[in-house]
Amino acid sequence: MRRPWLFYSQLAFTLCVCAFLIVPVIMSMMAGVTENYFYGIKSGITLRWIYEVLDIYLDTIYLSLMIAVACLAVTLILGVPTAYVLAKKSGRLARMFEEFLVLPVAIPGLAIALALIITYGGFRDFRSSWGFILVGHVLYTLPFMVRSVLAVLSSIDFKTLEEGAASLGASFWQRFFGVILPNCRSGILAGSLMVVTLSVGEFNLTWMLHTPLTKTLPVGLADSYASMRLEVGSAYTLVFLIMIMPLLAGLQMFGTPKDRKPEAQSDDMTGKTSLKEKNL
Amino acid sequence: MSGSRDHGTAIKLLSCAKTFGGGTVRALESLDLEITGGETVVLLGPSGCGKTTTLRIVAGLEEPDPGGRVFFGDDDVTRLPIEKRNIGMVFQSYALFPNMNVRENIAYGLKVRKMPKVEIDRRVGEMVEMMHMGELEFRRIDQLSGGQRQRVALARAIVVRPRVLLLDEPLTALDAILRTRLRVEIDELLRRLGITAVYVTHDQGEAMSLGDRIVVMSNGKVEQIGTPRDIYYKPNSEFVAEFIGSINRLHGIACGDHVEVAGGTVPWLLNQSSGKVEILFRPENVGICDVSVAQLKGKVVTSFFQGDRTRLIVGGLGERDIVIETTDRTEYISGQDIGFQVDPDSIIVLEK
Ligand SMILES: Nc1ncnc2c1ncn2[C@@H]1O[C@H](COP(=O)(O)OP(=O)(O)OP(=O)(O)O)[C@@H](O)[C@H]1O
Ligand SMILES: [Mg+2]
Repeated sequence: MRRPWLFYSQLAFTLCVCAFLIVPVIMSMMAGVTENYFYGIKSGITLRWIYEVLDIYLDTIYLSLMIAVACLAVTLILGVPTAYVLAKKSGRLARMFEEFLVLPVAIPGLAIALALIITYGGFRDFRSSWGFILVGHVLYTLPFMVRSVLAVLSSIDFKTLEEGAASLGASFWQRFFGVILPNCRSGILAGSLMVVTLSVGEFNLTWMLHTPLTKTLPVGLADSYASMRLEVGSAYTLVFLIMIMPLLAGLQMFGTPKDRKPEAQSDDMTGKTSLKEKNL
Repeated sequence: MSGSRDHGTAIKLLSCAKTFGGGTVRALESLDLEITGGETVVLLGPSGCGKTTTLRIVAGLEEPDPGGRVFFGDDDVTRLPIEKRNIGMVFQSYALFPNMNVRENIAYGLKVRKMPKVEIDRRVGEMVEMMHMGELEFRRIDQLSGGQRQRVALARAIVVRPRVLLLDEPLTALDAILRTRLRVEIDELLRRLGITAVYVTHDQGEAMSLGDRIVVMSNGKVEQIGTPRDIYYKPNSEFVAEFIGSINRLHGIACGDHVEVAGGTVPWLLNQSSGKVEILFRPENVGICDVSVAQLKGKVVTSFFQGDRTRLIVGGLGERDIVIETTDRTEYISGQDIGFQVDPDSIIVLEK
């Protein structure tokens, strides 16, 4: 009889923690659609603030999306082959490079941004273009793509798969596009969602790297908090959440390595048959 | 390209050695091997003896150390990468593509050759029918049993009509019954195709039933090359004799037309030498007879009744017990004296 008690107390605790985290978000979202925050929800519900946000900050939303897509393209082109090479080479150098790749995650964004500015800040046109922010985002997100693809590659016996394809007459490129890539699709998908999510939400680096003409959404958000009515900032948060929610949901769905699924499935099947046998 | 399909392509390895790890691991000592077109050669030996390495050199997945050369027919293929050698290969782990279904797996080799779609469909259809995989055609690989995967791997390898078929322990992952059944299927297939095949295994039963010739290897060296009968009846070393089937060993001294051993004498009609020798004979080449007239005498240690025959462990003939197999219906009890003789044609004598 102790079990239900333990269960309910655990449930209550979990709910409390969730509420602690979620209530502020809901409050903020509510504030974004309230006529006047000081009078509360009874002052009426409106989309006015949302329109205002879209009016002032629409270009930051576009820029954020554009950078995210460009960042995804670059990390795909650089990251997937890098992961492939790292998985293929077993030497010390490859392992060191793998560690080295994680550095941008470990080093504070501000420090990376500073390093970029010191090094490339002199190139005026580059410094003032969104390409400058893109470089920062690529540096920051590339390890996530590489790791994600690498995880899948090391869980399948891709070397044997490749040898199998080669024995059937496939050239290197036929093997790479026909066998390797399709078989690390789950890793590429998880990595892509991660990269886009991180890029859209990135603030540290971007705040240092941006110019008044290259503001991304999170930078705009900080700007609106600092200089606008509370309702506008809140409405902005709402817009941001609506944008990022599908990405997070996708991450949840595909983020858990899917390559293990076939095995799990066959395990399931054998599990079922053995159960049946027991029943007989 | 030389060598027509009907006669199969001959393979020749010339002083192919292989060293791994920057000269630290000698996987294969210099090996010369000639395989005639259409022949099935089995590489047999214990784990780590270099079978896979040899096969991978033939396949083109591994380059022999400098000096080694590989020929397919008259073509020197030593520098040719695997994808240009037109071989078929069956891997121990099958290496089927999980992102494709059975049909797509079989069609892959034809697709990368840019064959017209009609031709691909025709050939794959033929293959599916030949391998009895009609209802599996559109299954994913993870929905197949081990035996079915094995068939797909085989079909995928032969549908491209390779010059040479290479199989690396294709049956090891399967259970005993399936293994025997597939062994028969593979044997039929190889005969029907008349293709040159190299088959790696560490199972002597598989080697004996599939191979036209067997290459017995140990520690990166070839111990003996010969037909299954040669290898079984005339092993040229203790290693080969012990690896293929079970065998008894007795130490003795040769004198005249016989050899004297601890429990009596063994006839050795071809004797040309005298001195210390070792006599090898197989359990089934022993005849049990009355103790009073027997050439060899010992004591039964244990007996195992196996239905069709009885297996006796006999002691008193030196430091090692020997094994005798008999088909007579007598019941033997432990401790009983037993007399027997060895069929003089079947003994193998190794001089020391
Ligand atoms: N890539 C490699 N790097 C280093 N050593 C290797 C490599 N491949 C094989 N070897 C070594 O070479 C020797 C022969 O290996 P090989 O795989 O040919 O053996 P095998 O006869 O196929 O054994 P098994 O029956 O276990 O498959 C082994 O000692 C093995 O450790
Ligand atoms: Mg092997």
